[in-house]
Amino acid sequence: MSLLHWIILIPFLAAVFVPLLGRVFPRVHTGWFVLFVPLTLVVVSWVSYSSLIADGESMLHTVPWVPMLDINFSVYIDGLSFLFLLLITGIGALVVLYSIYYLDKKKERLQNFYVYLLMFIGAMLGVVLSDNLIVLYAFWELTSLASTLLIGFWFIRKKPMFGAQKSMLITVFGGFAMLVGFMLLYIMTGTFSIREIIGEADVIMDHALFLPAMILVLLGAFTKSVQFPFHIWLPDAMEAPTPVSAYLHSATMVKAGIYLVARMMPIFGGSAEWFWIILITGLFTMFWGAISAVRQKDLKAILAFSTVSQLGLIMSLLGVGSAALYAQDPELEMMYAGAIVTAMFHLINHSTFKGSLFMVAGIIDHETGTRTLYKLGGLMTIMPVTFTVSAVGLAAMAGIPPFNGFISKEMFFANMIEVTDLPFFGMGDWSIIIPMIAWIASIFTFIYCAYMFYKTFMGKYDRANYWVDVHEASPGLLVSPILLGGLVIILGLFPNILTNVLIHPSVTSILTGISVELEPYSLTLWHGFEIELFMSIGVVAVGVIAFLYHNKWTEWEIYSKDRDVVNIFYDQGIGKLQDGSQWITRLQMTGRLRDYFVYMLVFIVMLLAVTMWRSGSFQDLPEGIASTMDTPLYMYVVMFTLVGAAAVLPFIKSRITFIITIGVLGLMVALFFTIFSAPDLALTQLLVETVLLIVLMLAFRHLPEMTTETENRSYNTVNVLIAASVGALVTMLSISAYALRLDLDFTAISDYFIENAVPLGGGYNIVNVTLVDFRGFDTVLEALVLGIVALAIIMLVKHRFKGGEDI
Amino acid sequence: MKYSRSHDVMQQVLLITTSYFVLAFSLYFLFAGHNNPGGGFIGGLTTACALAFIYLVFDRDKANEYIRFTFPGLISIGLVLSLGTGAIGFFTNDAYLTQYFDYFDFPFFGEIELTTALPFDLGIYFVVVGAAMVIMLQIAGDEEEEDEN
Repeated sequence: MSLLHWIILIPFLAAVFVPLLGRVFPRVHTGWFVLFVPLTLVVVSWVSYSSLIADGESMLHTVPWVPMLDINFSVYIDGLSFLFLLLITGIGALVVLYSIYYLDKKKERLQNFYVYLLMFIGAMLGVVLSDNLIVLYAFWELTSLASTLLIGFWFIRKKPMFGAQKSMLITVFGGFAMLVGFMLLYIMTGTFSIREIIGEADVIMDHALFLPAMILVLLGAFTKSVQFPFHIWLPDAMEAPTPVSAYLHSATMVKAGIYLVARMMPIFGGSAEWFWIILITGLFTMFWGAISAVRQKDLKAILAFSTVSQLGLIMSLLGVGSAALYAQDPELEMMYAGAIVTAMFHLINHSTFKGSLFMVAGIIDHETGTRTLYKLGGLMTIMPVTFTVSAVGLAAMAGIPPFNGFISKEMFFANMIEVTDLPFFGMGDWSIIIPMIAWIASIFTFIYCAYMFYKTFMGKYDRANYWVDVHEASPGLLVSPILLGGLVIILGLFPNILTNVLIHPSVTSILTGISVELEPYSLTLWHGFEIELFMSIGVVAVGVIAFLYHNKWTEWEIYSKDRDVVNIFYDQGIGKLQDGSQWITRLQMTGRLRDYFVYMLVFIVMLLAVTMWRSGSFQDLPEGIASTMDTPLYMYVVMFTLVGAAAVLPFIKSRITFIITIGVLGLMVALFFTIFSAPDLALTQLLVETVLLIVLMLAFRHLPEMTTETENRSYNTVNVLIAASVGALVTMLSISAYALRLDLDFTAISDYFIENAVPLGGGYNIVNVTLVDFRGFDTVLEALVLGIVALAIIMLVKHRFKGGEDI
Repeated sequence: MKYSRSHDVMQQVLLITTSYFVLAFSLYFLFAGHNNPGGGFIGGLTTACALAFIYLVFDRDKANEYIRFTFPGLISIGLVLSLGTGAIGFFTNDAYLTQYFDYFDFPFFGEIELTTALPFDLGIYFVVVGAAMVIMLQIAGDEEEEDEN
């Protein structure tokens, strides 16, 4: 276990103690304790790894987990992981601090909140630090789970539950696709380690499974990173408490897909499909998110769609950057590597300004009681600090100097223009449409930023719109957004402070396969009079004009349709899924015990018959019967008692007699075990019979008097047929198995246990040693099942339908 | 469970006396399991039988005065014990559920084998006792409620 392992595990361990903290220190907000976790982690990570990463080094530690299946808890840190590590822990600390003032100690279930949040932090760190694909997948799904729990935090209301379910279904669907993709990668390379897979990138590139694996992995990334058409879960996820929206749904979790694409870049990058799928999806998502955001009337909904749009932007940049892996020309490689630089820089920028904007939206919600644009207005003078932070954040998002968003937006334009010069991948004259779309999307970005700004802070303050007396938020709430806003300005004025330690190492770790040695890319606020500057000026100009006419276009019909049209597919799909599963359930769940037995037995008979017929077991029957001829006489006595007891069962009319006859059956079986020298089995059988007797006696008291069944004849015939065929088949199976054993002279598997029970297990009772040692896992799980059964019985007895309930 | 409300002294004395022997025997099963017929499952079922005797003789309230733990709780204790014993392997770099044993010399008792399989089996024993008793008491208790209605 290395330090990196502990970094992942500490949040989980801390989560165990959170429920206790609320009890031990009821007067202290639990958040103060939780704050230590991300704060410690960010300091520890920075101290331990920053110099290492700045030198371009990486580290890999492995702890075996299931080595037989090539599943190891191996952790890996390089520039890319380190960037995300700082992002997760740094913003995590700010968000926890914010949540202390946001969530009321008395009203909210803080313990649940912080347990989920810590679980998320740990899982997210696991995603970005794991080198093993299966471990990565497990953490990936844990982040989905944590996100779902946090979205549904206010589970009494209907909308959070809807949003939680939606996000769960979509992201888990993507996660499953990704898992299949990982398995295909395993089939191609024979390893789950990302490092080793990258080493075999050439093999994968020419493999027939290349494209399926790529698409499946991308499905995982796209569902998580809300790319079109999977973005529909994010707006509904806004029902979560605002600290969660700021953290999971803008700064970290939704960037897991970006991380995955960046991580997989050395494996899939350099192919035309990878380039085009990511570029087109990203660009279209950016465009779609921007035009959808303009139509929203809720602060958080605007921010949600803008997150969709910004993630599309970063995604498209990764697509462009992948061209560097194909180009053999050093000059081209340098040029397209620039897109990755932009992507990483914008990733950081987006986390800063969007995080602060979400927190500000939460403050407005907290202080005014509403997030609707129609009601808000004129808050500038009432909430000056909130106003300033929002202005900075929105300006950065809209791409106005001197904030960090401006620099990355300019670089983005430059990259989108450069990509049109691509000499391969079928790029042609029509490709001018790529920067055009980027430009138009940016105009819409400007419009919604301006609109949100104007509607919230400008205009007239109308006291009647608010439930509460509006005033500036408490300093505690303001600390985190101010810090993030400060970063927006600092990164805008001095963009190069992060280059050496964060951006350059992450870019080199994404583009491992290129031939040139990448130089740290210098970022500047002032680019000179290049075409991208004119594009930015154009964005502002057109955006301002469009904004000035907002009274006109807000009257258009399309403006009122703020629900995304893609939702139709989801809503209908869910409806159909529900109907379908209800139909299947009704088909088989008749509530009659007899029917269930028919399903099971018919299935068993068919399975057995087909298997035996195909393997030719029926031919061994005569031989098997012949070999049983020398059975001693007392065996016949036991056997006939057994058969006789079974044969009278259908004719018994009294329950007590019935139970006793069943007991006879059980005792005879126990006798068989004794004869075949299996004392443990015989003992168990006897005891089970005893306990069963008690339980049956108890249960039978609840049943009405036995009545003669008045079923028709064909019904009974079917019953008899099924019963007879089960009996016949099981008999034939055992006879032929016996014959087969004589024939082929199998070595029994028990030999191993007989030999090793004493040297390996230290016991002379082979059955027991097998149970507790050789097959201990089976035993534990069976005990688990037993426990679940006991709980199920409590449920069945205590909470059963008494009649008249609405099912 | 149908409790004897008849104050049949013979029955009570007989059942209580028997239950002592059954309990003792069940403990023997549990501890002897590693080398002789027995083990957690068998021992657990035997104990459940003995406890069922006690519940048969006294009514449930009376029995609960002496049996102070709840059986669902016993199940969880058992599960934690079994799963926890398995986790020893983590600290010695072995696979999960690796069992260890060694022989120790004790004064007076002589050489005794100690195994990690015993706490593991004890967990199974608890789960079995708990599950069997939960099932019996639930079905019996349900009848009581119906009688009251």
